[in-house]
Amino acid sequence: MILPRTVQTPVMLHPAGPAASPLASLGWVLLGISVVVVLVVSVLVLVAALRARQEGAAVSRSGQGLTWIVVGGLAVPAVILTFVFVLTVRTLGAAAVPSHSAATIEVVGHRWWWEVRYRDSLSASITTTANELHVPTGQPVRLELSTADVIHSFWVPELAGKTDLIPGQHNVAWVQADHPGVYWGTCGEYCGLEHARMQLTVVAESPAAFRRWLDQQRQPAGLASASAMAGQALVTDGACALCHTIRGTAAGGALGPDLTHVASRRMLAAGTVANTRGGLAAWIANPHALKPGTAMPAVGLSGPELQAVVAYLETLR
Amino acid sequence: MTVTTITPDQRSAGLEERLERIWETAPGLLGVLGTVDHKAIGKRYLATAFLFLILGGLEASAMRLQLAGPERHLLGPEQYNQLFTMHGVTMIFLYASPILSGFSNFLWPLLLGSRDMAFPRLNALSYWVFLFAGLFLYSSFLVGQAPDRGWFAYVPLTEAAYSPGLNMDFYALGLILLTVSTTVGAINFIVTAFTMRAPGMSVNRLPIFMWGTLTTSFAVLFALPALTVACVFLYFDRRFGMHFFDTAAGGHPLLWQHLFWIFGHPWVYIIVLPAMGMVSDYLPVFCRRPLVGYTFVALATVSTGILGFGVWAHHMFATGLPPVSTTFFSAASMVITLPSAVAVFAWIATIWHGRPVVRTPFLFAAGFVVLFVIGGVSGVATAAVPFDWQLTDTYFVVAHLHYVLIGINLFAVIGAFYFWLPKMTGRMLSERLGRWNFWIMFVGFNLAFLPMHVTGLMGMPRRIYTYPAGLGWDTLNLISTIGSFVFAFGILLFLVNVWWSRRHGTLAGPNPWDAPTLEWSIPSPPPPYNFAVIPTVESRHPLWEAELGEGARSKLDVGPTLDQGRETLGTSALDAEPEQVLRMPEDSLWPLLLGLALTVTAYGLLISGWWIAGAGGALSIVFVAGWLWP
Repeated sequence: MILPRTVQTPVMLHPAGPAASPLASLGWVLLGISVVVVLVVSVLVLVAALRARQEGAAVSRSGQGLTWIVVGGLAVPAVILTFVFVLTVRTLGAAAVPSHSAATIEVVGHRWWWEVRYRDSLSASITTTANELHVPTGQPVRLELSTADVIHSFWVPELAGKTDLIPGQHNVAWVQADHPGVYWGTCGEYCGLEHARMQLTVVAESPAAFRRWLDQQRQPAGLASASAMAGQALVTDGACALCHTIRGTAAGGALGPDLTHVASRRMLAAGTVANTRGGLAAWIANPHALKPGTAMPAVGLSGPELQAVVAYLETLR
Repeated sequence: MTVTTITPDQRSAGLEERLERIWETAPGLLGVLGTVDHKAIGKRYLATAFLFLILGGLEASAMRLQLAGPERHLLGPEQYNQLFTMHGVTMIFLYASPILSGFSNFLWPLLLGSRDMAFPRLNALSYWVFLFAGLFLYSSFLVGQAPDRGWFAYVPLTEAAYSPGLNMDFYALGLILLTVSTTVGAINFIVTAFTMRAPGMSVNRLPIFMWGTLTTSFAVLFALPALTVACVFLYFDRRFGMHFFDTAAGGHPLLWQHLFWIFGHPWVYIIVLPAMGMVSDYLPVFCRRPLVGYTFVALATVSTGILGFGVWAHHMFATGLPPVSTTFFSAASMVITLPSAVAVFAWIATIWHGRPVVRTPFLFAAGFVVLFVIGGVSGVATAAVPFDWQLTDTYFVVAHLHYVLIGINLFAVIGAFYFWLPKMTGRMLSERLGRWNFWIMFVGFNLAFLPMHVTGLMGMPRRIYTYPAGLGWDTLNLISTIGSFVFAFGILLFLVNVWWSRRHGTLAGPNPWDAPTLEWSIPSPPPPYNFAVIPTVESRHPLWEAELGEGARSKLDVGPTLDQGRETLGTSALDAEPEQVLRMPEDSLWPLLLGLALTVTAYGLLISGWWIAGAGGALSIVFVAGWLWP
């Protein structure tokens, strides 16, 4: 797959869609006010300290100074804060979850990866993938957030602020990407050992490309070619299948990410390592070297076995 | 410089010697362990809290080295998580609050014209339990199981299912133990403020520092129970399988967050209001005029303490609270800016209308004002709900909270040391070294934390032990790391200065700064009895009355001598009319023993050693009985 854009610095002030842009506009105003206030106060302190310096000055009660407090401490801040508050309330309205959405995606937080489920309202089928969220451009996408364990927080700075994934609570968020692109996201709430390595990728593509992608993800894994048969046997009959599902095969574990189309994803282990042949092999050979807290064990494959497993997984596009 | 001397003609000969015999602490180990002298306890608080500051700083340094570049392997995730958790716990609970208790304990009776705090033995208990709670928390490192779930300890991550070790038991029990210390300390400050003031020191003549600590003490009494309850629930959930936060059994994880922040946000004001008060008292000395807007600043202090209870949910804007409540907490969080702005402009007006004499404490106070404003405006940014959805849990918030806590607490505290340490030790700190100290700290601090605002805006989350290369965060993190070590060097210079001054500092004399309040009317260091005669006060500035020429005539050298035993004067709550002679307790080992017994109880609960816990509890009761035995 050729991606329209590589991941760039996720600057929250450079929003890529209407769920994030009102936040950024508010942010620019707040930062602007902040800089002005800090500069004014700093200059006042500096001038005040320098203007009447006098070694060995005698004590006296010169000047009342209450005007400073009334103007600088009460009147001006009250005006600024009222303005900021009104802007805040307006932004709340502008960033609210819209009533219509092009798609609904369930996002389930796990320690430490993201389960992503596409519900098909017609066939009632669910297509599961992991750590990579595909969305159609130009349309609001509704995200239903839940967690399998502790509190996490869904956050893609260029597309949306944070919404927590909380046990016993169903939170809803939304994103909309105006242009095709790849956006970096991460867990925004400390969730334990590998909180740092719980990242996700959002791929925004044209509605047509998105539909093609989704159709492809719905398919079970294809039959393994002759060269991949050995690897398939190792994966679906061995330790891998205890935790991972590969639809269309005997592998039906439910603890780890669905691997049916693992080769189509950009990253492995929630942003830990790029999904290349080398990255895949390194990850399977010794997951704890890359992500010490991961639940994935090193299963002790021999060199040829590892090569066979990687060869098979690379066919799962 | 005018120094008010105590003239001997109005009192019987040998008064000082007599009082010295009555009030001095017994020599030897028994005296060290049993003293109830507020000055000794205050200095212990200061030294212990500063030691914890250094420990917390070392933890921070290790984290900054780890984050100096992407994908570094100096620390593993578990080590990093323990370090950032203990860094927070240490700075918030074992440094920021106790350091202010140290200043309050040392200074209050001196500011008040009293000979001790209202409950000297409770004061000793407060210190011992603080020390033991700190040691208890740090003993977790000895078994490699330091708390590792953040100082905020959100459930269900901290429940036994996700945190099976002893880590979070150390946390829950350590904090419960510490609340004992903080609570008895707060009660002591409140009673002292309302009963122990010199005659004539009506409430509108209190130094602002006392308003700060008094407000804080009330806030402690209302805020801490929420923390205690939360920690007890957590311990019960973890150890006995209860379900306070378990959704499957009808509990809820957000219950923890509400309890924690109902405590946690007032706590922020608890650890800054006394520091703001100290600046309000020492800044004017270097501006050679009284504080502008005393009444405004006093009221701002109290109203901040009250409003501080109405803003807790601004830590929870991303949890899916309904807009009605986020809007309310957003508004409250903006309103609480106003009293802070009042204080800031009172300080600026004081400098503006004064004739500043630039000495090290002045530099720290002026730097403090600037850092306070930076921390304040970034606080307003996080109060704006939708923008907070972006900012929360990013390095922007790390920058914000360090501007608040280092800017308002630590800069005020170091300035206060330069100002008051001569009173404690009798020797001045080096002014030359002091200026270097200030500028290196100020530059280092801003170099470390100003870029963090940008790092946060560029999407870097908090509490991550490493980050990938290529997201644009590398350079800013390196700058922060360099800045943090410059800052640490500034702290080191302060320690050098303190060490140097003990031998080489010029003798301070009673009032080296020509300051206006009662503590400067007595020798440095003060004698065990503080005041040979209890002064009578007629203004807020008893030592500046001649210069100000406003007609007030405080009496510093005539008054009750109370030399028939450990005695001081009790006065009425508002106007400080003399009411009674208070008989003060002798030194005692009971506070130390009670503190030890409580700590044994905590260790018993930690290891499920119910017999040990029971024995500790029973001993505690015995020791309380011994303490109270007539």
